[in-house]
Formats: sequence, structure tokens, C-alpha cells
Amino acid sequence: MKIHEYQAKELFRQFNVKVPEGGVAFTAAEACEVAGTLGGYPVVVKAQIHAGGRGKGGGVKLAQSVQEVETYANEIIGMNLVTHQTGPEGRRVGKVLVEQGLNIAKELYLSILPDRATAKNIIMASEAGGMDIEAVAEETPEKIIKVFIDPLAGIQPYHLREVAFGLNIPGAAMKSFTQLLSSLYRLFAQYDCSLVEINPLVLTAEDEVIALDAKMDFDGNALFRHKDIMAYRDTDEEDPLELEASKYNLNYINLGGGGNVGNMVNGAGLAMATMDIIKQAGAEPANFLDVGGGASAEMVENGFRIILSDPNVKGILINIFGGILRCDVLAEGVVEAARKTGLSVPVVVRMEGTNVEEGRRILAESGLDLTTAVDLKDAADKVAAMVA
Amino acid sequence: MSVFVDENTKVLVQGITGKEGQFHTRQCVAYGTPVVAGVTPGKGGQSMDDVPVFNTVKAAVNETGANCSMIFVPPPFAADAIMEAADGGVDLIVAITEGIPVMDMMRVKNYLKDKSCRLIGPNCPGIITPGVAKVGIMPGPIHKPGGPVGVVSRSGTLTYEVVHQLTMKGIGQTTGIGIGGDPVNGTNFIDCLEAFQNDPETTGIVMVGEIGGSAEEDACAYIKEKVTKPVVGFIAGLTAPPGRRMGHAGAIISGSSGTAEAKLAAMKAVGVHVCENLGALGELCASVF
Repeated sequence: MKIHEYQAKELFRQFNVKVPEGGVAFTAAEACEVAGTLGGYPVVVKAQIHAGGRGKGGGVKLAQSVQEVETYANEIIGMNLVTHQTGPEGRRVGKVLVEQGLNIAKELYLSILPDRATAKNIIMASEAGGMDIEAVAEETPEKIIKVFIDPLAGIQPYHLREVAFGLNIPGAAMKSFTQLLSSLYRLFAQYDCSLVEINPLVLTAEDEVIALDAKMDFDGNALFRHKDIMAYRDTDEEDPLELEASKYNLNYINLGGGGNVGNMVNGAGLAMATMDIIKQAGAEPANFLDVGGGASAEMVENGFRIILSDPNVKGILINIFGGILRCDVLAEGVVEAARKTGLSVPVVVRMEGTNVEEGRRILAESGLDLTTAVDLKDAADKVAAMVA
Repeated sequence: MSVFVDENTKVLVQGITGKEGQFHTRQCVAYGTPVVAGVTPGKGGQSMDDVPVFNTVKAAVNETGANCSMIFVPPPFAADAIMEAADGGVDLIVAITEGIPVMDMMRVKNYLKDKSCRLIGPNCPGIITPGVAKVGIMPGPIHKPGGPVGVVSRSGTLTYEVVHQLTMKGIGQTTGIGIGGDPVNGTNFIDCLEAFQNDPETTGIVMVGEIGGSAEEDACAYIKEKVTKPVVGFIAGLTAPPGRRMGHAGAIISGSSGTAEAKLAAMKAVGVHVCENLGALGELCASVF
């Protein structure tokens, strides 16, 4: 789960990771109020959305006076911000972070994330701060320092020194830097983060080390033990259909490309493979929907309704390999959903596995106009022909 | 012959008295798997059907000689259950549980390093040696005993699809292994490839991967060095958008890494017979094996 920069900085403050003075504002008037508390100009006005590349998209402005703060805040709040991470449709900005400007001597990059291959946490740091770190990694991998931390032993002082010397931190800023990194690791580990990233981390002319930016992402599987983080969830940042699906424990992803075939599958791997085979049959998948192993008829019904609320969907492919989820349960859900919502688009059903005969009987006796398929290829070809 | 699970496997089930634990224990027993014990803390002395329940793994192993644990414990307590199983002396741990925090699994993985037991999963369907024993949640009847193909996969139902197509073509399986969809897991592709390569009754291997991480690429490097048996490969997620977790915690394209294209290219480069269209996997296997 992602959170906003201003929320991440609240957590940073709690853990003694130094951030610029500032606060969040939902209106231009609030922005001016925050600016007035910062003790001088320049002041930075930053759009708060869950995506990077905000500066390039016009979502970050440097203001030299309270009038400029007002102008920029008015400009940014309510704007549709398009960055390389939002996709062409962009994201509506609902709030800004207003912060003091800093006397920057050097920009650095710092992040911590779990490394799946080694099962260790990895600290990545670079003197090439403020840049796209993927590009740095690609073009000049020698400029990135990587330090691996055993999750059982935790971070040690020599790890801190290794990163600090690697970044050529000046002696006067050494203590400030190692204190920040050690606090940041504590925050990362305590809250089950899947990423903490500061880009840029700045070294000021006064030899202070300050997190100018803050990006945090949390392991969704660990949120049960971090109720305080759940309070940071911003549903405005979520796709409305995905938000609706999450209420019913459905794993739904809107692919957003105007796809014309909706699909409902049990199991994530099979769901991805079903999307792929729809494309190979000449149509475009509209979504990913894994109803999971323990789906009830009610979940199937809600999934069906959510797929149909995407106006681009011209046909539906239901692909179920019954294991834990029995085909008769699925069939009941489909019949119920079709009766309630009406079949506005053609539906192809392919079922195999546990209780498949019973499932097929329920569908056949429902009197509904459903097309059945003998296997996966047959199903994809049929649905593609229907939407062509 | 088979790998990891055979006629000597004696299973204990951690979380046997829960809804899932009960249901799947019965399915495994019905398949003919020797389930000798269950573990649910606080319910020691009771029984589930005819299976005796113990408070601890150690007690269950001491009393029954169980050598394999199948875990259905809910995510918040699953890491603890895996470590208890490892400490309790079983040789094989099959963790079915989905949704274990990554940080917990990293601790488990490092904890298991100096232990001799093998972990399969978590977030997996388990492992089956058709006709001999099923330690997992996969539907038994879709499998065909007797080999000659070994199946290894990161997915659940996608594996059922693959196995079903093999069986429909008359191709049996030696052992089917679901290694799980989490970013940090126990047994990986390479462990399974090595076991299948060394198993005389396995003459071909089907490897099913998906987007995210580099496990498939690492496996391909191993195939090039060590695997002489024919391998058929499939990767799910060609149409998956970057930066989104596709159901499995581990199925995510991060920046430019973990794409299906890169994995398919790695497979082709080492001579794996790549299946481009899942609908035709059975036919491809019939022509290769």
C-alpha cells in the first residue's frame, strides 16, 4: 500500500529522520497559512499524488512570496497531473505539501527494500541523487552502492559506515547521515515496508542531511499488524472499480487500456494466462480478476457486476479450474448474477475440475444464453469472435 | 520413483482443526496419503476423524514418526509454524498458507539456512506424487500416475490446467510441485530441476513461471549447465502491466525487470521448448516428450 509524501514525512519525523519544515494543505488559503509559519522564502509547493515524476509534470513549484504560494497552490490543487507513472489519463490532485526551501549542497539517493533473491534487506545509495535511479542503474551501475542486511541480525554500524564512505559524506555530516540511515532502517523494518525511498536526500550547505522527498510502500500482507498505517489509505488514489472489488475481497485490476473482454478466473497464475490467451485470440483483456480459492456464490456475483460496470467490456470469459472452488458454486454465482444484472454482453464459460458435471448442469438448466467452451483455446476463440 | 514425496512420506498437518485444514486433510487421506498426526496448540489429545491431534510438532513427531508437515496456519502465525516444524525434526515442510508478510518469510528463510529440512511454498498448492501421496490442495483425479514428466510451477490453478492437459494427452506425471507465488519462498525452480534431472523415472520436465523476480532466468542458467532432459516452459503475464501486483505477492514487474518477455527469451536461449499459447501446451508436450 502506497502513502503520500506528507504522510511518509510524518512517519520520518516520528523516527527522527530529518525532513524540511512544512505541512499539508487542501486549499490555497491553507497553503498560504502553512507558508507563513516557515520563516521565509523560497517555499516549495508539491502536488500530493501516489506517483513519481511530479516535478516534470508541473506539480512542483518554487514560490518566492506568499502571492506566488497562492497562485501555485490554486494551479496545482484540482489539476489533472500527468507523469510517466500515472499513465496518459493522469491523476487529479487534491492536496499539496508546502515546505521550506533548503540550501542544497549535494543531492543523494537512498532507499531500502527487501531483496527476494537473497532474502535480505538491501540498502541502495548513490551520489547521483535526484535522477531516475533505474536509468542510473542501467547506464552507470558502478555509481550505485548496495549493502545487504541480514533480517535476523539487523543493521550494524559497519553497514552505516560502508554506505557513508561510499557516498563520500564529509566528516562534519557523518554523524547526521549515519543517525538518519539507522533510524530509516528501524522505520522500514518496524512497519514491514516494501520500499522506503528518498530521492533526493540532500546534504545542505550547513552540513545537515535532510530527506527532501519521501516515498513509502507497505507490504499489504503485513497491514494486519499496522492499523495506524491503514489510516493513511487514500481511496481517492484508487481506481473506483478496484476499490469496489476490494470491499468483497476480490482481486481485481482494471487494465485501463480500453480492453473489450472482461474475465473472471480462479487463481492468479491462471488469471494472467487467461488474459494472455484472450490477447492471442485477437481481443483485448479489460481486467485481471482472481476470485480466489474460497470464492462464494456472492463473490462471483459481485465480480460479475464489477466487470460489467466497465463500459468497454463487450464480452466476458469465465475460466474456472475447480480445485477448492467447486464448479457448482461458481455456476450458482454466475446464474444468480446473470438473473440480477441481466446479460448485456455475451458470456463464454469454461469450467473444469471439482464438481464440473454439476456445474455444467446448473448452467444448462438455467435457461440463460451462456456459451460453453470445451477447453481454454476454444473459450478464447469464441469470446474473441463475439467481440470482433 | 519420484521426488521429495514417496511411499515413505508420513504427514502431520499443522492447523488440522481449522476449516481448510480439516477439508484438505480429508482430501489427502481419501487420495491415500498417510496422514499420521495433526497439530493445533491447545487441542492436544483430541482427534480429527481418526487422526490424533498434538499440541506441538515435537510431540507429534516423537509419537508418530511423521516426517513431513503440511501447514494451513493463518498468515499471522505461519512463520512461527514453519520454524516450529523445522525445529520439530520433519524433513519436508509444505506451507500452503497465502498472505505471509515478506519480512516474516525473510526471517524464516535465513533461519532455515543451517537446517537440513526442505520448505516448499508458502502460498502454494503443495506437492503430489500421483498414485502415491498428495501433500497439498490440488485436485487428485486430474493427475495420471506413473510419469514420465515432472511438473514445477509458481502457480496453483495454472498448474492444474497444465497437468490436466498432460493427462488428456495420456502423459503421466512423476511428481508435481507448486513452489508458490510469493517473492520469498523455500524450494526454488533450480532445486526441482536438479531433483527431476537426478530422478531416473522422470524423462521430461514442464516448468511454469510467471512475471516478477528472476527465478526463471536463474533456472535457465542452471538448465544450460546441468539439465539434459527436455524442458517445456510457459510464462504467464505477457499482458500484465508494469508496477501492479497480479494477485500473487511475487508477480510484479518492477521497472524493466521481471517481464514475461525477458523470461521467455532466457528460456529460448537455453533450448527450452517454449509454449507461447497455453491452449496448445498439451500438444506441444505430446510432440516433445
